[in-house]
Amino acid sequence: MELYKLTVHEAVDLINKKEVTYQQIVQSALQQIHEVDKDVKAFITLTDERALEDSRQLDAVKADEEGLSVLAGIPFGVEDNICTQGVRTTCASKMLDNFVPPYSATAFSRIARQRGVLMGKLNTDEFSMGLTTETSYFHETRNPWDLNRIAGGASAGAAAAVAADEVFYALATDTGGSLRRAAAFCGVVGLKPTYGMVSRYGVISSGSSMDQVGPIAKNVKDCALVFQAIAGSDKADPMTATARVADYVGALADDIKGLRIGLLRECFDKGIDKDVKEAVLNAAKTLEGLGAHVEEISLPSVELAPAAHCVILSAEVSSNLGRYDGIKYGYRVERCQDLDDLYKKTRTQGFGDEVKLRVMLGTYALSAGNYERYYLQALKVRTIIKAELEKAFEKFDAVVLPTCSTTAWKFGDKVDSALAMFLADKYTAPASIAGVPAITIPCGFDVNGLPIGMQLMGKPFSEATLLRIAFTFEQNTDYHIKRPAIDWR
Amino acid sequence: MEITVKDVEYLAEAAKFEFTEDEKQKFAQALSDVINAVDVLAQTDTQGVQPTIYVISVKNVFREDEVLPSMDRDILLKNAADVQDGCYRVPKVVE
Amino acid sequence: MKYEVVIGLEIHAELSTQSKVFCGCSTKFGAAPNTQCCPICIGMPGVLPLINKKALEYTIKAGLALNCSIARYTKMDRKNYFYPDLPRACQISQYDMPVCQNGYLDIVVNGSTRRIGINRIHLEEDAGKLLHDQYADSTLVDLNRSGVPLIEIVTEPDLRSAEEAKVFLETLRTILRYIDVSDCKMEEGSLRCDVNISIRPEGQKEFGVRTEMKNLNSFRAVYRAIEYEANRQIAIMEEGGTVLRETRRWDEGAGKSFSMRAKEHAQDYRYFPEPDLPPIEIDDEWVEEIRRQIPELPDQKRRRYVEEYGLPEYDAGILTSSKDLADYFENCVKLYENPKAISNWLMGDFLRLVNEKNIEISDVPVTAENLVKLLKLIDSKVISGPIAKTVFEEMFNTGKDPEAIVEEKGLKQITDRDELVKVIKRVLEENPKSVEDYKKGKKKALGFLVGQTMKATRGKANPQLVNEILLEELEK
Repeated sequence: MELYKLTVHEAVDLINKKEVTYQQIVQSALQQIHEVDKDVKAFITLTDERALEDSRQLDAVKADEEGLSVLAGIPFGVEDNICTQGVRTTCASKMLDNFVPPYSATAFSRIARQRGVLMGKLNTDEFSMGLTTETSYFHETRNPWDLNRIAGGASAGAAAAVAADEVFYALATDTGGSLRRAAAFCGVVGLKPTYGMVSRYGVISSGSSMDQVGPIAKNVKDCALVFQAIAGSDKADPMTATARVADYVGALADDIKGLRIGLLRECFDKGIDKDVKEAVLNAAKTLEGLGAHVEEISLPSVELAPAAHCVILSAEVSSNLGRYDGIKYGYRVERCQDLDDLYKKTRTQGFGDEVKLRVMLGTYALSAGNYERYYLQALKVRTIIKAELEKAFEKFDAVVLPTCSTTAWKFGDKVDSALAMFLADKYTAPASIAGVPAITIPCGFDVNGLPIGMQLMGKPFSEATLLRIAFTFEQNTDYHIKRPAIDWR
Repeated sequence: MEITVKDVEYLAEAAKFEFTEDEKQKFAQALSDVINAVDVLAQTDTQGVQPTIYVISVKNVFREDEVLPSMDRDILLKNAADVQDGCYRVPKVVE
Repeated sequence: MKYEVVIGLEIHAELSTQSKVFCGCSTKFGAAPNTQCCPICIGMPGVLPLINKKALEYTIKAGLALNCSIARYTKMDRKNYFYPDLPRACQISQYDMPVCQNGYLDIVVNGSTRRIGINRIHLEEDAGKLLHDQYADSTLVDLNRSGVPLIEIVTEPDLRSAEEAKVFLETLRTILRYIDVSDCKMEEGSLRCDVNISIRPEGQKEFGVRTEMKNLNSFRAVYRAIEYEANRQIAIMEEGGTVLRETRRWDEGAGKSFSMRAKEHAQDYRYFPEPDLPPIEIDDEWVEEIRRQIPELPDQKRRRYVEEYGLPEYDAGILTSSKDLADYFENCVKLYENPKAISNWLMGDFLRLVNEKNIEISDVPVTAENLVKLLKLIDSKVISGPIAKTVFEEMFNTGKDPEAIVEEKGLKQITDRDELVKVIKRVLEENPKSVEDYKKGKKKALGFLVGQTMKATRGKANPQLVNEILLEELEK
């Protein structure tokens, strides 16, 4: 049996029926990694020995008939900007090439406490800044659906590893769409939770007011299982103080009758691939057919979201990345004349161009004389966007829109730049800017057979509703079942 | 809005980067592109609109004044490139 | 031309919380380098700050004691700059919404009261320490102090002399200690002061160009630096020059200040709201709860001592200069109804010994109960005044009960008439010359004979009784 192809709940069933051991599952995933990752290149760091040891111990425990959590023994991966104690965490940057954090991110710890098995750390763009992993210090991650194509960015490693069945699920971060874009490009499910729903403790800060950790999974049920494990308030992240956790797995009913769903008109007017447009509009029809009230809605201010997101993100990044100075951890230039030289050489050599550009952009936006025009103005526009969304959510349980305007493009087709990122964020930035939850699920394929993602946004803390709509859609379609058909061997 | 090479030099100094002349040109162009793209914000009427700093309504989250164990110094300093006498070492700082 | 000196102060006081402002590391002074640190206060990636509630409450308390209005809504901000003592390259501070604003502090200089405006008080974190002296070519960084809570108190430019600045600082320190928010030890760096100073021709309304003076490690340094800087600026003006806007570093050893950097291109700190910390709402109830924790402040206390206890202004001023001393005094007063006698003892031998031994008042081993016992022993004539001084010193050294000391050392006053008559007769026999002098009308000789009698009894004789008996015997 190809155990690595299973979903989390399928694997759990087999374990409970004692048809397979934890070691068999982990070995199967490891074998798949060895088989495909030389092509997909999802991993930066592999923790295979630790994974095998973990599974050996779990089998020993299971033999003693001790109750274990549902995620116990299931192989997973973690985007490499999420700290894992004792396992190097690089942010895909030369700056943190050798950084081994002495602490773990809360989201990771919660899975680790359930005895999930970490397979390794997954590629991302440098400090999550990019669309393609072309800014990664290590390598580019390739799309399992077509190795000549990008797997998205920044969370490409996480999405590709799940799509290629190298891990059962992954933890990734989303600041402007990173997790959702990569999941959409790789044909898997990705959830960006409400800001403050999952602890950011131990997640290497990018845009602090928007960063969130979420699951990337093979289907909605797995996504709910993982989200259940990581959601909820954490004393170490004050922004999670008001998080209210629901029964997400329990909310997965195949029933959306009477739910009100808005179809975001602005997304379908211009700048969208024909296939993507058709697939999402079809998906909306499917939802309608399943009993939801689907209605067009216009949110004119969301057009401003990418610009506001770009400015706020850059400003926060410029400050958050000041700490990388070669003194306490991370890369440090060998020779320098004086302190200023240490700073400049370390930071110039340690960071790539995309990061430098972002940092300078943020520095510019916060500078005296520019603050009001850029940073403060972006915060005010955020107010307008947020208010518009709040109003929409008075009427609708969710808003449907594409996750991306295109499917995965070929390496080299687009220049990876802050400007390109800005444009690519147009459908994902609104949820980030307003801090609301959004889920992406597969809803079709384009002419090249590449997956298309549909995005559902909801009001704060409405993850259960989003998961239920996504689950219902999934139960009545088969897009999620199709896996990349590439012959690796 | 045009970002000049001089602007890039100022920003590089503030952010502690050093660039060749070619790089300065390149960054000036790239920055100008983004700055122009985000100028839609400045064109937006925000009269009377308050800025949103925090997207969720969390407030007054505190910790009590309790001493917790600090981290073992050897572990703390393990990631540092240059350590001397239990301290981080940097080139001589002239005040 | 006559010039007026205009001074504003920026004071940093470390708050005396047990733990740091954004993490649980200890704030204790003097630990080995980097042993009171954690990922949060050394700025490791991904970890998040958490506000110490007590640090915020101390800030509010300081604001209330300095007559400020307290913000009902406030937030933390980031101040961005690179320096090795600032591990995140940004300091969490407050920019446009300080916790406290628009206060004042009344100070008494040369007998008259001056009201000095407090522009703002805000909460922020301290930076680490740089150690420059160990190695010639490198500097070491100790981050123990990184994240210790600080309040920055900014005055209006209301001070007009070095003396006023010094008195302001002393008064401020007394208050911060009274309300128990900072120990204000300048030598340990828990109180630091930057001085902004400018001069202007007397009568002119506009302010002159100001310089900022840093590295002032004592009140004396503040005083001297202001005097020096005012004279330097006056000399420049009188030569027709212009004062430069700059930061200057005070060198206490040299008694001079040196230019550090020109301030024409003011550094841009790019302040923006700290996105990792939720905002803070402070309601009336909370403010009132903190207000109730503020004890009677020195100014009120001084006036009360004059009115209630009939003490001279001078006594009241000294007794209220430290809360510990005032508390001690009030404990004594509760047990003994002669405030002036207590005041005399405290201002005399008590403070003399405190200063000689360089100890804190809270560490003095003499309890208020025992000091009062001593005073009662004098009143009941069990011991004499001079003996009481000896007994007090013993109490100060050992913490023993005065009665026990008197008993142990046989210091009880001799009030037995017959015994004293015997001693006096012997004194008179041994000093025929003085007796003769007295009889010839030299009344001064009596004093000598009293002295000899006291000496013979090792001070234990009741001086009044000695006088009485001597007169009787001499008249015989």
